[in-house]
Amino acid sequence: MKRTLFRNQLLPWLLLAPQLAITFIFFLWPAAQAVRQSFLRQDAFGINTTFVGLSNFKALWNSPEYLNSLQVTAIFAVLVTVLSMGFALLLAVAVDRMIRSTSVYTTLLVWPYAVAPAVAGILWWFIFNPTIGVMPYFLDVIGYDWNHISSKSDAMTLVVIASAWKQISYNFLFFVAGLQSVPASLREAAAIDGAGPVRRFFDITVPLLSPTTFFLLVVNIVYAMFDTFGVIDATTEGGPAQATNILVYKVYFDGFVGQNMGSSAAQSVILMLIVIALTVVQFRYVEKKVAY
Amino acid sequence: MASITLDKVGKIYAGGTRAVGDVSIDIADGEFIVLVGPSGCGKSTLLRMVAGLESISEGTVRIGDRVVNDIEPADRDIAMVFQNYALYPHMSVRQNLAYGLKNRRTPKAEIDKRVAQAAEILQIGPFLDRKPRALSGGQRQRVAMGRAIVREPAAFLFDEPLSNLDAKLRVTMRLEIKELQRRLRTTSIYVTHDQLEAMTLADRLVVLNAGRIEQIGTPLEVYRRPASTFVASFIGSPAMNLISRHAVPHLPGTAHAGTIGIRPEDLAVAPDGPIEMEVLAVEELGAQRLVHGQTGGERLTVTMPSGEPLPEYLRLAYRPGSLHLFEADTGRRID
Repeated sequence: MKRTLFRNQLLPWLLLAPQLAITFIFFLWPAAQAVRQSFLRQDAFGINTTFVGLSNFKALWNSPEYLNSLQVTAIFAVLVTVLSMGFALLLAVAVDRMIRSTSVYTTLLVWPYAVAPAVAGILWWFIFNPTIGVMPYFLDVIGYDWNHISSKSDAMTLVVIASAWKQISYNFLFFVAGLQSVPASLREAAAIDGAGPVRRFFDITVPLLSPTTFFLLVVNIVYAMFDTFGVIDATTEGGPAQATNILVYKVYFDGFVGQNMGSSAAQSVILMLIVIALTVVQFRYVEKKVAY
Repeated sequence: MASITLDKVGKIYAGGTRAVGDVSIDIADGEFIVLVGPSGCGKSTLLRMVAGLESISEGTVRIGDRVVNDIEPADRDIAMVFQNYALYPHMSVRQNLAYGLKNRRTPKAEIDKRVAQAAEILQIGPFLDRKPRALSGGQRQRVAMGRAIVREPAAFLFDEPLSNLDAKLRVTMRLEIKELQRRLRTTSIYVTHDQLEAMTLADRLVVLNAGRIEQIGTPLEVYRRPASTFVASFIGSPAMNLISRHAVPHLPGTAHAGTIGIRPEDLAVAPDGPIEMEVLAVEELGAQRLVHGQTGGERLTVTMPSGEPLPEYLRLAYRPGSLHLFEADTGRRID
C-alpha cells in the first residue's frame, strides 16, 4: 500500500473533515439519538419524557404485531433474495453464453437499477392495480381474481416482485463479472472429462461463483430488509392487515404516524444490531470460508 | 490406443478468416507427434479441432476408425493437458484426477486404483488431498498429466503444457513427458512454439506456417533436409544462415538456387576458404562462441570453439555437402 506522509498535522484532518462531518451528522448523531430515545417514554405532545429502561424492548418482545412483522420481514427477505438472485443468475448465464452484443444486453438489463424504489413501487402498483392494471386483467382471463388490497398473499406477491425486479440488475452485474472470471479452459477441461452442460454448471461454475453468491446474499438480505421502504410505502403501506409490514416500515409507521417515539426508536436499535451482525458476517466469512 | 488421421482439415471462422487449411496427417498408434510453428500459425486451433473444442470447417478427423467431426469432446476418448493446466481450483488433487472417471460412472474401487496408480507414476501421492493452489508449478503440471493418464484414453493432446514453467523446470518436465509417453505408448499430439521442445520430444514433427503444413518428418529429417526456407530458419538454434546466392556467387553447384542455406556449425575457419566474413559481434557461450558477421551485405553466423580474440576478417569454409539450396521465388528446397 502506498503511504503518504504529511508534514503538517492539520492538513489530513482538514481533508477528512467533510466526510467525518457527514458521517457524524447523518449517521452517528441520529444513531445515538435513537439509542437514547429507546430508553425513554414521551407523552403524545412531547412535553414529558421519562426514563423507562428496557421496557420499550420488553413491550416489543410481548407485542404480537412486532413478532408478526419479524416473520413477515423474514419471509419477504428470503423471497426477494431468492427471486432476484435466481433471475439474475439465469440472465447472467444467458448473456455469458452470447458471443456478440453482450454489452448491449448488459446495459439494457442494468436500467431497472437506476429507477428509484418509490417509482418502481408505483410502476408495479399500476401494473397490478385491480381496477386499471394490466396484470389483473390477464390473471382474470386464466381465472385468478387478483386483489392486493384485500388479499394478504397478493399483497406480498406484489411487493416481492417489485422489490426483486429492482435488485435483479445489481445481482446480474456481479454474476456476469463472476462468470467471466471463470476460465474457459476449466469448462473445456470438464467437457473433455465427460461433464455435460448442466453438470459443468453445477460442478464447476457454481462453486467458482460462490464468493460472488455469498456477497450478493448478504447484500440482498440487507436490501430487502432496509431499502424496500419506498416500494412498500408506494404500494401497500404495510397492509392489508399487517401482511406486508416489514420491520423498517413499522419503524416509520409507529414513529411518524403512530407518534410512539420510544417504541419506534427501540425497533430501529434492533434493526441497527441486525445490520451490524450482517456486516460482521460479511467481513468475516466472505473472504475466508467461501473462497476455494 | 488408436491412430489419428487428419484428412484435408481446415478451419474458417465466422468472419471468413481462414486459420487452418488443407492439413493432412497420418498419426500411427503410439506415435508422439509435435505440431510446431510460430504463434498464430494455427497449431492450437488444429489441436482443439482434434479435441472437439473447435468445430471442423473442412475435411475429416478420425480417431481409430471413427470419424469424430460431430462427436462431443467427452466421447472422443481423448485427454488434454492445457497450457494453464485448467485444474479445478475448488477440488483436491484426488478429486481433480477422479472427476473424469466419476462422470463416466467408473466404480469407486476402480477409480481409487487408477488414481493411486497415476499418483505413483507421477510421484504426486503426498499431494493428493491438497488443493491445486497449494502446489508449485511443476506439481500442478504433474497433476494435469495425472488427470490425463487416469482416464487411459486413446490419445493425449498437449497444448503448450510447459510454457508457464521456468526454463530449468521445463527441461526436467520435458524429459518426464517423454519418458511417460514411452512407457504408456499412448498416441500423443503436442503443440509448442519452442523448436527445441519439438526436436527433443517428437517422433515426428509437423512444422506449420500460416495455417498450412510446411513439412512433416522426424526431427533429424527436418533438421537435415528442411523443405523450405521457413523450416530452415525455424528449426535449429542458432538458426541456419540463409543468404542470397548473389552474396557468394563463386560457390560451386549453386547456380540454379535463389537462396543458399548453411548451418552455423557447418562453417569453420580456413585460411583458403571461399567465403570472407567481416566480424561484427561475438557471443561467448562458454565451450563455444557464436560469431556474427557479414559477407556481401548478408548476415552470417558461425559456431566455433572459444579461444583467441578474432581478427576483423575471417576466411570460412563449409563442410562438403552441407549446403541447402532453395528456389528464389517459392523458397522450396531444391534437391
